[in-house]
Amino acid sequence: MKYALYTGCAAKGACPELYQSTMHVTKRLGIEVVEMLNASCCGAGVITEADPDLALAINARTFAQAEALGLNIMTICGTCQGVMGMANHRLKTEEGLLDRINLMLAPEGVKYNGRVEVKHLLWIIVGEIGVEALQRHVTRPLENLRIAPFYGCYILRPSKYLGFDDPENPVSLEKVISALSAHPVDYEGKTKCCGFPLVLEKELIAIGMVGANLKEAKDEGADALVTPCPLCHMNLDIYQERAGKKIGEKLALPIFHLPQLIGLAMGFTPKELGLPHHLVSTENVVEKIQLKV
Amino acid sequence: MRVTLHIQKFNPETDSKPHEEPYRLDIGRGTTVLEALMRLKNETDGTLTFRYACRSAICGSCAMEINGTEKLACMTQIRPELERHGEVRVGPLKNLPVIKDLVVGMQPFWEKVRSIRPWLDPLPHEQVDPIAMRNAYKAFNNVEACIMCGACVAACTVYEVSKGFAGPAALAKAWRFAADPREAAVAERLEGLQGDGGIWDCTRCNYCVEVCPKDVKPMEAIILLRRASIQSGLTQTMGSRHITSFVDIIRHEGRLNEGLMPMKVIGFRIKDFLRILPLGIKMFLKGKVPFPFKLKPAIPGIKQVRAIFEARSQEKRKKG
Ligand code: SF4
Ligand code: SF4
Ligand code: FES
Repeated sequence: MKYALYTGCAAKGACPELYQSTMHVTKRLGIEVVEMLNASCCGAGVITEADPDLALAINARTFAQAEALGLNIMTICGTCQGVMGMANHRLKTEEGLLDRINLMLAPEGVKYNGRVEVKHLLWIIVGEIGVEALQRHVTRPLENLRIAPFYGCYILRPSKYLGFDDPENPVSLEKVISALSAHPVDYEGKTKCCGFPLVLEKELIAIGMVGANLKEAKDEGADALVTPCPLCHMNLDIYQERAGKKIGEKLALPIFHLPQLIGLAMGFTPKELGLPHHLVSTENVVEKIQLKV
Repeated sequence: MRVTLHIQKFNPETDSKPHEEPYRLDIGRGTTVLEALMRLKNETDGTLTFRYACRSAICGSCAMEINGTEKLACMTQIRPELERHGEVRVGPLKNLPVIKDLVVGMQPFWEKVRSIRPWLDPLPHEQVDPIAMRNAYKAFNNVEACIMCGACVAACTVYEVSKGFAGPAALAKAWRFAADPREAAVAERLEGLQGDGGIWDCTRCNYCVEVCPKDVKPMEAIILLRRASIQSGLTQTMGSRHITSFVDIIRHEGRLNEGLMPMKVIGFRIKDFLRILPLGIKMFLKGKVPFPFKLKPAIPGIKQVRAIFEARSQEKRKKG
């Protein structure tokens, strides 16, 4: 199994731990990855706000690179998946769109033919590798842990462009959590928004969302959360302390990137998985599965 | 087949808080949630309270929460719900005050709609552009299909934590009037949406798009309002700076520079700078802040990316 790895900006910037843990976990799972070092940002839905055609064009350039490699794309960010998945869907299905966008790429000799698929690591693990196979790689079952899944918006909605999980009743994160022998925690906030897009300009709203979601998870007895989106990770981790102050609760809920949680169950050390990069300490969880940071 | 509906009941005169009650009944292949509720009211429990009128997804009065998602009861069949969720749980819309059982108070909803002035402030007839008029429907982006059911507001993740937000339905309506070629007060309308509670409060969670039974896509309307605002020169809100700074950074570096981005968005607002500074320091200590002013920040293929931006600007200039 071989994929063109589209890291997205966060894994190369504020979330180096996502990149690290992805590399370890994909290797262990036998997924060969070719990193797309020359790909641009997907636009994160922000460039679309300014100019939808421009956002389509920069993504078509990225798709063309994978096409030239003869590979499909693996994303490791829920937001990238949502934006690129939607761009790809539109380019493939809307009449005349691909040709129009290719005109913008032509001066640089780039052309996208619509032959690439874009899939999130989560979908590849659940849909292609299979949770049974994942289970075989577990050397340190996370038996005592109650893990709350946090999907984030763009990997679920708008579902007509995504179509992996049912947005009303997603199950893929729960499947992974169970395969690692941890207990998935059910709570309303699991499909809601982390508030990241607002955090710079409307911090009070954004941390209100962080607080509400985390409190629900905690009330259901969660030890930690896992998310397939680094932007959710940032907001839930970095702003957790402020959110807790706002709602008058001590939250102290570690947030794991998807490959970090998998990596823990595979026996990688906290350092290999970049846990020391987190603002919210992961120590209590790591202790629970009996291993020293 | 015989099924159980778990219906949330609440009578403010006797109950301190809502509770769920199971109701069993026989349904046919296409029985909708609304049909089931009507039968239960007639045959089992006369106190069961819900709103409806048209029974055909037109009046917007039967929106409720079905298995955790905002839906029209008259448009939702029970069998697919059972297949999808393994059960059928019915409750009132969230984010609005419950009056009784499945009926919520729509007052806050109507207040928001009213706040955007949902009427035309018309230009003199001879000033209306006839060509724009011909394309008006397309410009509305399907917003005129809204039946004011409130599903989007109940699902809105920002409205949930911030009741000052105008919310998806009202803002979609705002776009409908801002996009109308007969409207005289477009600039004032856009200006009125810049402050707290306006278009920059939306987190783009896509919930309103997902739940709307009429494909109104309120979030798209909000994005159209944002774009129109920037194009009309309303560029100083942090929300609009977020967009313009982001586009700028990608044009120059190809990839987001997370060290630079906050500084560009916040600019010279000292108070906001001091607000984010402590977190910036913490992130730096954890190795999470990439140095904002690298010598060679751009991706290797930046020339191509800049050429795409250039091609796009030329195209836009040509279109005028
Ligand atoms: S936008 Fe859609 S969901 Fe919202 S009130 Fe109108 S019809 Fe209902
Ligand atoms: S996209 Fe915006 S308006 Fe729509 S539900 Fe989310 S926050 Fe509310
Ligand atoms: S009863 Fe009118 S929309 Fe359902």
